[in-house]
Amino acid sequence: MLISEQKPLEEILSYLDGEKSIFVVGCKGCAEGWGSGGEKQVAEMRSTLQEKGKAITGSVVVDMLCDAALTRLKLKSYRKEIAAANSVLVLTDGVGVQTVAEVVDKVVHPGCNTLSSGGAHAEWKESERCLECGDCMLEFTGGLCPIARCSKHLLNGPCGGSQGGKCEVDPSIPCVWQQIVDHLAKIGQLGKLEGLVAPKNWSVSLISGPPVKRFS
Amino acid sequence: MKTKSNLERVLESKIFAVTSELGPPQSADAEVIRRKAKILKGHVDACNVTDGQTAVARMSSWAACVIAKEEGLDPIVQMTCRDRNRIALQMDVLGIAALGMNNMLCLTGDHQKFGNHPSAKGVYDIDSIQLVKMVKDMRDEKKFQCGEVMTVEPHLFIGAAANPFADPFEFRAARLGKKAAAGADFIQTQIVYNVDKFAEWMKAVRDKGLHEKVKILPAVAPIKSVGAARYMKTRVPGMDVPDGIVARLQGVPKEQVPQEGTKLCIDIINQLREIEGVAGIHITAIEWEEIVPEIVEAAGLLPRPKLST
Repeated sequence: MLISEQKPLEEILSYLDGEKSIFVVGCKGCAEGWGSGGEKQVAEMRSTLQEKGKAITGSVVVDMLCDAALTRLKLKSYRKEIAAANSVLVLTDGVGVQTVAEVVDKVVHPGCNTLSSGGAHAEWKESERCLECGDCMLEFTGGLCPIARCSKHLLNGPCGGSQGGKCEVDPSIPCVWQQIVDHLAKIGQLGKLEGLVAPKNWSVSLISGPPVKRFS
Repeated sequence: MKTKSNLERVLESKIFAVTSELGPPQSADAEVIRRKAKILKGHVDACNVTDGQTAVARMSSWAACVIAKEEGLDPIVQMTCRDRNRIALQMDVLGIAALGMNNMLCLTGDHQKFGNHPSAKGVYDIDSIQLVKMVKDMRDEKKFQCGEVMTVEPHLFIGAAANPFADPFEFRAARLGKKAAAGADFIQTQIVYNVDKFAEWMKAVRDKGLHEKVKILPAVAPIKSVGAARYMKTRVPGMDVPDGIVARLQGVPKEQVPQEGTKLCIDIINQLREIEGVAGIHITAIEWEEIVPEIVEAAGLLPRPKLST
């Protein structure tokens, strides 16, 4: 499950600047679930763009935009409408946008921001618990991940901004280091935090390592 | 002596040390540094120069330190992990040592969200404790973080920060222990207004014997206005300003608040000096550097030992 939300309309319109006709694509999977690009939002986007003076050559809501074969097949039946448009606006997460870009030879605009994979790698939904960093540190942090959940990714936390169990960056964020200390205290293992955790190997992480490793 | 640091020499002589702080400008104006340095000269043993404090883009700490040193201070370069990965940090460590700097304070850094570029990407490749260890290994083992060996090592007196007022309180002394184990030579704390809580933390520190391993300098700051006191009480993360402090400033006419705030600061210094294990004081008065000499004098901390670096 990828969690996305629509970008602000002004931002979408800035992408479409100078373009007269648009084809809109949505998805019945995650984007329908999160209300960012299902049937309803695609219909709303059609009328919004028309009000702003854009011609809509057509639209489609694909069952699973992340399925390239299915998307290719589905968009084939809209060949003419897509050809008549200056560009394609895709209302779903970053994966769906990339699928559409792969199967149509047109300018493709993202209409949404992808916020989270919502535990897509497992069945623990709602918030990100693993950033797939490739060098697991949970051994040293009581089974709670500061890479995913500390604003400064501290491995030897907590920092001086932890107060009342909250992160200084935003009071809606729980301080994971408070949770780590509480958890280890509860199971009598606070001593685990006394050792120095050495600098982490970021070379195997998704954001610092060579991306080709993940795409064979 | 591990270094040529004046601060190290003063602390090793068991003299109660005085450090202060100098904030670089949001411009390329060297005169700002020179003016502030002239005010502080002769009143402090060393002077921190902040590194993009509150994540606002300013003149870099190391560059401002070079200017401050020309004016006769022993500067403490502050270095944060927010803006540099381990490669950049080590390059700067070598650079500041080559430029003749003797002290470095290792910080994780204020989160970029609080500054004037909140959309910046934070680096946080390593944290402050790992930075302390990295600098210590460079100095004492001549080793880069990767394990490679260097020919000429950086002789830096290594500092770190501690906040006795943050949560979880029970873990704060243990975290100081980690900084000491990593190789910190001195510690400057969060600004102290709640002396009782600081004393409680110091007791936990002494129980672990940490005051023998690392020199502890609590920070103090004079308050200029009731509004500033309230702001620190409610808006600054990790600050503990007891109600009595605000009440004391409210108890005097508005035009006398700066004097009362200064007196309060001197009172706190006198209380902190009595606590076993306190090795010196860090007086921070950002954008009010003029008041520092008055505080140092009134607290009976003059004359300072002759500077030697």
